[in-house]
Amino acid sequence: MSVLIFIDINDEGSVKKTSFEVLTYGAKLARQLGVPAEGVVLAPVKEDLPALGKYGVQKIYQVQHEALAHFDAQVYTSAIAQVAEKTGATVLVFSNNTDGKALAPRLSARLKAGLVSGAVALPDTGDAFTVKKSVFSGKAFADIKITTPIKIITLNPNSFSIEVGEGTAETASVEVTLDAPKVKILNVNRQSSEVPLAEAELVVSGGRGMKGPENWGILEDLAKALNAALACSRPVADAHWRPHNEHVGQTGGAIAPNLYLAVGISGAIQHLAGVNRSKVIVVVNKDPEAPFFKAADYGIVGDLFEVVPKLTEAVKQLKG
Amino acid sequence: MKILVCISKTPDTTAKIAFTDNNTKFDAAGVQWIINPNDEYYGLVRAVELKEADPSATIHLINVGGADADAIIRKALALGGDEAIRINTESADSFGIATQIAQVARENNYDLIFLGKETIDYNGSSVGGMVAELLDLPYISLATKFELAGTTATVTREIEGGEEVCTVSLPVVISCTKGMAEQRIPNMRGIMAARTKPLKVVEPVAADTLTQVAAFSLPPAKAGVKLVDADNVQELVRLLHEEAKVI
Repeated sequence: MSVLIFIDINDEGSVKKTSFEVLTYGAKLARQLGVPAEGVVLAPVKEDLPALGKYGVQKIYQVQHEALAHFDAQVYTSAIAQVAEKTGATVLVFSNNTDGKALAPRLSARLKAGLVSGAVALPDTGDAFTVKKSVFSGKAFADIKITTPIKIITLNPNSFSIEVGEGTAETASVEVTLDAPKVKILNVNRQSSEVPLAEAELVVSGGRGMKGPENWGILEDLAKALNAALACSRPVADAHWRPHNEHVGQTGGAIAPNLYLAVGISGAIQHLAGVNRSKVIVVVNKDPEAPFFKAADYGIVGDLFEVVPKLTEAVKQLKG
Repeated sequence: MKILVCISKTPDTTAKIAFTDNNTKFDAAGVQWIINPNDEYYGLVRAVELKEADPSATIHLINVGGADADAIIRKALALGGDEAIRINTESADSFGIATQIAQVARENNYDLIFLGKETIDYNGSSVGGMVAELLDLPYISLATKFELAGTTATVTREIEGGEEVCTVSLPVVISCTKGMAEQRIPNMRGIMAARTKPLKVVEPVAADTLTQVAAFSLPPAKAGVKLVDADNVQELVRLLHEEAKVI
């Protein structure tokens, strides 16, 4: 019996920020269940694994195999399943990030283990094992009961605070048998200097009110001053003013940052579906009737081309 | 080439979300049902484009659901697809749905299975990965581009803060997201043709249930927006720093 936490590594060999969230979450869950918290690392990693013990994990299993050099959901699933079987894991924890979304369902089918994807809180482990997740695109929650002996949870990014304590994790290597990956990676395009949108704590987002891609400089300045990621609404992505990966909403990405600052976005229900889990929503719009104000915590009714540069200055003053 | 496109029935994006039966069931009263947008805009339209490029391709649509799904299946057929299969069962969970889809896929040897990245109601993003595992096929999730040359696909998928380009030989399961294709409106010819396309109703196979909904709940209502004067943006920054403590 143990909680096994998947420690996700990016292609540069660094531990993803979402992994610190799942380590904290998995360690707390393990304490709640009275079982050990253990991690598993598959990809080549540059970082010091024992140091991850400060997030509460006691032991980290490392699998080194040439078939794991790049992410392939099928091969990674096989490796994790073998580690889970060898170590007697009873709960598997992933981030509900791009890799977690590919791995957790495969493992659910392979291990006949009930899956709750997009968890937003620790499970209730009293009489049953029930996990709260976000449903209806952030408009509701569902408590889902997992009825199988092995359980799998994917945790929504930015929905659980990282906690750092003391501790060093023991490491152990695990031998597994793997086929060669069927998916071959040709190349990886990453905007390496920027904060990944799904992991960002602060997000500045622009809509049609920006009037054109040439005006994005003022948003970039504000995002830089805040150290925030950039996002946009669907019309902006459809018009190719900004890349698709910045689109948030029903059919784009769903995010839950601490601050979502929406500029020139009316706040259609499809847009809100992607951002309504944000902790604080600020809306800047010249139309006082914009529906977004109803979903916002703070707002400014005004011309964004005047308000945004002033905001940037005020943020810079605050940060000195 | 044989393509299977999975189609879910979901409440319209603007539907009011409420629950009945002591908060254990979605309140469907007055709800307009649509094809899950991620299935429709990205999976289905991309499949139709592939058939336009290679008319020898066949497209099957599949839905797991009751007869009340027939209306959205006909809508999907109006956009394209040669025939539809409805597995006649109300699914208990994603694994149940995946088990039914995998069974049909085993019998028909599809080269490509497309699904949307998630449904907009349960937001599980689970069925694609489960189907792939049940069929022992590769799975590429969150695909934004899909090109085919012979039996080799070149696929771009989202990763945190960027994208990854990869190749894979068919057969493969792909979850589709924005970028794969653009939304289409069915034309009159498509709508007429959809009326006579086959819609086979198949009885389900036995499937395990791994999870069940215990209860739904709604998030607490927002306290209401606090407006700051446009001439006093410093006040907003102060509030975000001192009151909301987010910057």
